Amino acid sequence: MSTSPIREFERSLHRVDATSSVVEPDGFDAALADAVEEPAVGAPLPFEDLSLADHPVALDPSPRELREARTGVTGSRLGIASLGTVAVESRAGGDELTALFPEYHVVVLRSSDVRPDLRSAFAWLADEFDAGRDSLVFETGPSATGDMGALVQGVHGPEAIHVLLVDDE
Amino acid sequence: MSETGADADRIRHLLAAEGDQIKANTRLFNEERYAQIDDVGSERHERYRTRAREIKEDAIDRLPDLIERTRASVEHNGGTVYVADDAADAREYVAEVAADADAERVVKSKSMTTEEIDLNEALEASGLDVWETDLGEFVIQVAEESPSHIVGPSLHKSREEITALFEERFDPDESLDSAQALTAFAREFLGERIEAADVGITGANFVLAESGSIALVTNEGNARKCASVPDTHVAVAGIEKIIPSVEELHPFAELIARSATGQAIPQYLSLLSPPVETPAVDFDRPDEPGFGGSDAERDFHLVLIDNGRTEMREDDDLRETLYCIRCGACANSCANFQSVGGHAFGGETYTGGIATGWEAGVEGLDAAAEFNDLCTGCSRCVDACPVKIDIPWINTVVRDRINRGKDPEIEDKLVDGLVPDEEESGTPLRKRFFGNFETVAKLGSATAPVSNAVASLTAVRRALDAGLGIDVRRELPAFERETLVEWADGRTTVADPERRVVLYPDVYTNYVQPERGKAAVRTLEALGCAVTVPDVGGSGRAPLSQGMIATARSKAEHLAADLGAHLDAGRDVVVVEPSALAMFRREYEKLLPADEYERLDEGSYEVFQYVYGLLENGADPDALTAGDGSGVAYHSHCQQRTLGLEAHTVAVLEDLGYDVLTSDVECCGMAGSFGYKSEYYELSVDVGESLADQFEDTDRTVVASGTSCTDQLEALLATETRHPIQLVAP
Repeated sequence: MSTSPIREFERSLHRVDATSSVVEPDGFDAALADAVEEPAVGAPLPFEDLSLADHPVALDPSPRELREARTGVTGSRLGIASLGTVAVESRAGGDELTALFPEYHVVVLRSSDVRPDLRSAFAWLADEFDAGRDSLVFETGPSATGDMGALVQGVHGPEAIHVLLVDDE
Repeated sequence: MSETGADADRIRHLLAAEGDQIKANTRLFNEERYAQIDDVGSERHERYRTRAREIKEDAIDRLPDLIERTRASVEHNGGTVYVADDAADAREYVAEVAADADAERVVKSKSMTTEEIDLNEALEASGLDVWETDLGEFVIQVAEESPSHIVGPSLHKSREEITALFEERFDPDESLDSAQALTAFAREFLGERIEAADVGITGANFVLAESGSIALVTNEGNARKCASVPDTHVAVAGIEKIIPSVEELHPFAELIARSATGQAIPQYLSLLSPPVETPAVDFDRPDEPGFGGSDAERDFHLVLIDNGRTEMREDDDLRETLYCIRCGACANSCANFQSVGGHAFGGETYTGGIATGWEAGVEGLDAAAEFNDLCTGCSRCVDACPVKIDIPWINTVVRDRINRGKDPEIEDKLVDGLVPDEEESGTPLRKRFFGNFETVAKLGSATAPVSNAVASLTAVRRALDAGLGIDVRRELPAFERETLVEWADGRTTVADPERRVVLYPDVYTNYVQPERGKAAVRTLEALGCAVTVPDVGGSGRAPLSQGMIATARSKAEHLAADLGAHLDAGRDVVVVEPSALAMFRREYEKLLPADEYERLDEGSYEVFQYVYGLLENGADPDALTAGDGSGVAYHSHCQQRTLGLEAHTVAVLEDLGYDVLTSDVECCGMAGSFGYKSEYYELSVDVGESLADQFEDTDRTVVASGTSCTDQLEALLATETRHPIQLVAP
């Protein structure tokens, strides 16, 4: 297939009811400011050149801030193009909680970290496990339930997801 | 009231009360599953199934070693592993962990294994406040019911019923009259309880020995919260959930959501190697940064439950049950389950096709006996199962064991003298009647038409109902005086043939529907084959359906020897009745020595498969009766579809100019003796109705491959239904 992995990833995200945007590294701050709705909480981004420091995003939040935040911002080191999946890692900065409690999850992902499919994601995962980074969640679309008689999005997890793809290639 | 009468009432009640919801939901899952398999490609899907099966076979084979490796890894990570011998052992351990944590409140994510050990009741008895956070489980908890489906515990409840339930129980300020309102209410209600919980309990869909990880599959996100908010996390899983490492998880990650709900991947696939680095949240200190600044160490306990599984592992027939990944595809693909759901088709804990294996293994035969007969052996679940478990075989084995466990009844002495079966005293009379249908058919044919007239007398039908539970509303098969074998005896066939064929006269074709056998003979001869119809015995399908394995094996041995002689003489075996061919292809592998099985498996063909092959190899289609555009409504047989043989019939009919509409239902619900039994009569009609609905208003000629399907369609549509070979025969 000639489609680029990024295009496919964006299409997959759309299919699972998540939104996305692609920005150059120097447009990151503006794009993030656009994406975030306050109040917001966040976990430190796992990238050297991108940071949440200059944004109205509470890091290491209190339980009240966590509960009352509209947006949770986390970085991710894995996207799966065929599925629209992102990885949420279990880190001391609280990525898992930040990604889970607010109704809106903003994910910052570098385009070079988008892998084609689940098989390639598991190859990446094997290396991660070898390195001792062995707790994470594959997140695909907003949380959902069919248990109340119809499909409803936004149950115990977020009802909306936006993936901010930073084009680093 | 007789046991049969009580069963009939229970099924009637469930058909009315829960049938519509169950049907809509399971069929949706099923349709989505088919769509997902199309999407990913059936070849890739098959590769993952093959690999998943291999991984499970290997993991169960070296389970003791994997348990020890899991223990070492989890302890290395800083957690604790406890292997519980049985349910009580597990309950006590979890209660101790909660007591050590000074817990008052426990939140749980959905876990069938905790249902299996009745964990909630035990924790509540020790004074804990326990909440199910999966919305389906929450509904069940509030309603004080049991789950009706492995994946969707409240699948049987409509939105209106849940609204009424919640409004009565919680008296909310605003009406909860939509799925959105119900979800918002439950999120709020359960969110507060999660925040105040001391212990979070989850299951584990998979346990990875090498890294000491658990994998959790959810859509709502509740398992993530239960595992991350409280500082104490207990994961409860059967020992069979262990696989070696993250590498082996990949095929299951591909398969589990696709098989369960028809999703490409679940919303959340969590891989946790606890204690995790995510900080626990202390909501008691709401304004303290760092998520409340909890200074408590995270505490993790993996409770691995044996509870009968080691014995199952040593049981050659039940072992496969341990490969089950609890996706529920066997339930969704089961026509009977689609009608009645898990409250009929389930035991103490588990529901659906594979439930027989689980209940027999963890609860005992009595629990399995409650619902085992609802499996008709149609085998639609075999292709649905992501780890290729032979679920009908497990059901048959358990049925056989249940039969043998029954107390001997007085009629046995009478029956022993009349029937040539291999069953021990104690096998219920009715099972032996249906299991010996060949004998009944032989007698019925020899005395026809008197036998048919007698069998239709009201007094006789009442006696059959009272004595054998054969429903008076179901028309009995009429026996033909001249059998197919008699018709064919001494007949002249094709001289100098292209191929030589033995047409297998299964019991139904021989005694009840010889016309379809004659049509098959004429068709094969028209295509240049010399055909003989040998006087051989039944395939063993009838006794096997009743769980009479010893009798079925004896029939299989005789038939394999008889047909084997023909195969050795260079003849091909052609079979008209799909359920007989399915015996040769599938069950004979379990009943016969490998070489005997292989010889027959390789040398036998379904009649249209064979015709298709002849036409492909140059036989002249003009020798058959052309369709000239005439409309045909065709229902393939369930077992024929499992064997991948539906397409041949459709292809031949279309090549001959017929306009073919095929049924898209899983099964018609007759499956041999099933629809004749009084307690299942209404269920079989309910199952058949979706097929009848599709074919009802058609002016097409209705044809079906299987005898029981023919019976069902004739009863439901009141129109003649023939085998498709009768259309094309010259």
